[in-house]
Amino acid sequence: MTPHLPQLLGEIYRNESRLIFAALVRLLGDFDLAEDAMHDAFKTALEQWRKKGIPSNPRAWLVSTGRFKAIDLIRRQSKFDPLQAVHAEQMVAETVDPSSQVDKAIEDDMLRLIFTCCHPALSLDARTAMTMREVCDLTTEAIASAFLVTPATMAQRIVRAKAKIREAKIPFEVPPEHELPDRMDAVLQVIYLVFNEGYYTSSGGSAIRVDLSSEAIRLGRLLHTLLPEPEAAGLLGLMLLHESRRSARTTPTGDLILLEDQNRSLWDRHLIAEGLSLVAHAFSSKPAGPYALQAAIAALHAEAAHSDATDWAQIAGLYGLLLRIHPSPIIELNRAIAIAMHKGPEAGLRQIDAILERGELNSYHLAHSARAELCRKLGQIADARASWERALALAQQDPERRFIERKLSELGAASYPD
Amino acid sequence: MKYICLGYMNEEVWETLSESDRNTFMDACFAYDDELRKNGHFAGGEGLQDARNAATLRWRNGKVSVTDGPFAETKEQIGGIMVLEATDLNHAIRLLSKHPSLQFGHGGSSWEIRPAADLTALVEASKDRGKR
Repeated sequence: MTPHLPQLLGEIYRNESRLIFAALVRLLGDFDLAEDAMHDAFKTALEQWRKKGIPSNPRAWLVSTGRFKAIDLIRRQSKFDPLQAVHAEQMVAETVDPSSQVDKAIEDDMLRLIFTCCHPALSLDARTAMTMREVCDLTTEAIASAFLVTPATMAQRIVRAKAKIREAKIPFEVPPEHELPDRMDAVLQVIYLVFNEGYYTSSGGSAIRVDLSSEAIRLGRLLHTLLPEPEAAGLLGLMLLHESRRSARTTPTGDLILLEDQNRSLWDRHLIAEGLSLVAHAFSSKPAGPYALQAAIAALHAEAAHSDATDWAQIAGLYGLLLRIHPSPIIELNRAIAIAMHKGPEAGLRQIDAILERGELNSYHLAHSARAELCRKLGQIADARASWERALALAQQDPERRFIERKLSELGAASYPD
Repeated sequence: MKYICLGYMNEEVWETLSESDRNTFMDACFAYDDELRKNGHFAGGEGLQDARNAATLRWRNGKVSVTDGPFAETKEQIGGIMVLEATDLNHAIRLLSKHPSLQFGHGGSSWEIRPAADLTALVEASKDRGKR
């Protein structure tokens, strides 16, 4: 009757399986049961739709069928367990006809799924694993390889998180309005971690690994569509503005190119335009949150036609605002670099030395790289060399190490006349 | 569902509080306990004496050994326990977030929420073993 049924079901699975899964988690109250029920429903669809035709609302049909499959399963198991029998009858009694659901309810299911996977009672690692597995529908193996842990470790992380959700009774709900900002933080933190993981490892040239940056942007878009809060806009804008520079960031052989040396014609104008409008939205509520501020800094870079045209004074000011929300030596370091660009290397170097003297960033290679670069600009070649060497000893990633080695050899050439 | 809440206080912070700070703390805590009772969320609880008055029992060399002091000598000691009746973890977090000890604890107060374990199946299994 429908020769393309497998293709059609494949398409429904790709576009709607997360919504169907989220609805089933709400109806069944259990992640594993919902997962099994969903796969049963797709299997049943393949048999029944062939005979009876495609239902008018395939998604609602799949949710409804999945729910009955799960109830069947529990009833079968309950022959041996009276507690399960009560559970099954309760579920039948609490019947909501899924086909009567409006789109809003379905969107809420997706948000419930996100907020449950990102519950602050779960560790950041567990939140990230759950979000990648349940919201992004990546396999445990793919997530494990993306985060450089063994599949067994990742599987255990996911099993434990699900057990905690079930046993501590973390409810499947969207937080009420007054709790939203705090609960949003836990979600944004996961998305930004995934993005950064992708940002710093994507230059490794390993094509088989999941593109974490793209996954993070997809998640950021989903969250911003479902819940257009200023900080959700800020994070999405921040990620798009960084992403716009992806092809300009490395040479074809995977070597790093600094922002000031990048070929700006390679920057993706569409992503920049979208990022800028998101930044404007993120600043619509005062005071601006940390993601909005970081996005605004990225926006100032994106707007500069060449590196000399960068508005460093404003960037230094934005870092100052960020410091007030999140006192952190790394933000201080970034402000010091902006000050160096705005007021000259001497002013920046004084600040970096002050931070290093406090000892907090002594083992952070970028602090020593920044110091080396400023020393070089001031003609303090021996100091520059010492700082590059310190940075080289601390850097972990191959592209970064090659970059530092190149800088050291350039210093060597420059210092020959001495 | 029951959630056992362990209320910790950093003793060093507590020592620095003035008498009026301590009174504010206590008055607010007692008032909130009453509110929890009134709404049916308070399923039990006790304030604890100083951790120095504790005794710890262990099994050592084939017999019970009794030592002085709390289980672990840390700055943060349990000052009270409370059993909360809540629908789920979010509800328990919501109820406890409003506990005044947090706001008036000058940063020294914290709560650990531990979901109560359902031991029904373990008890049943144990009874079955007894019958056999």
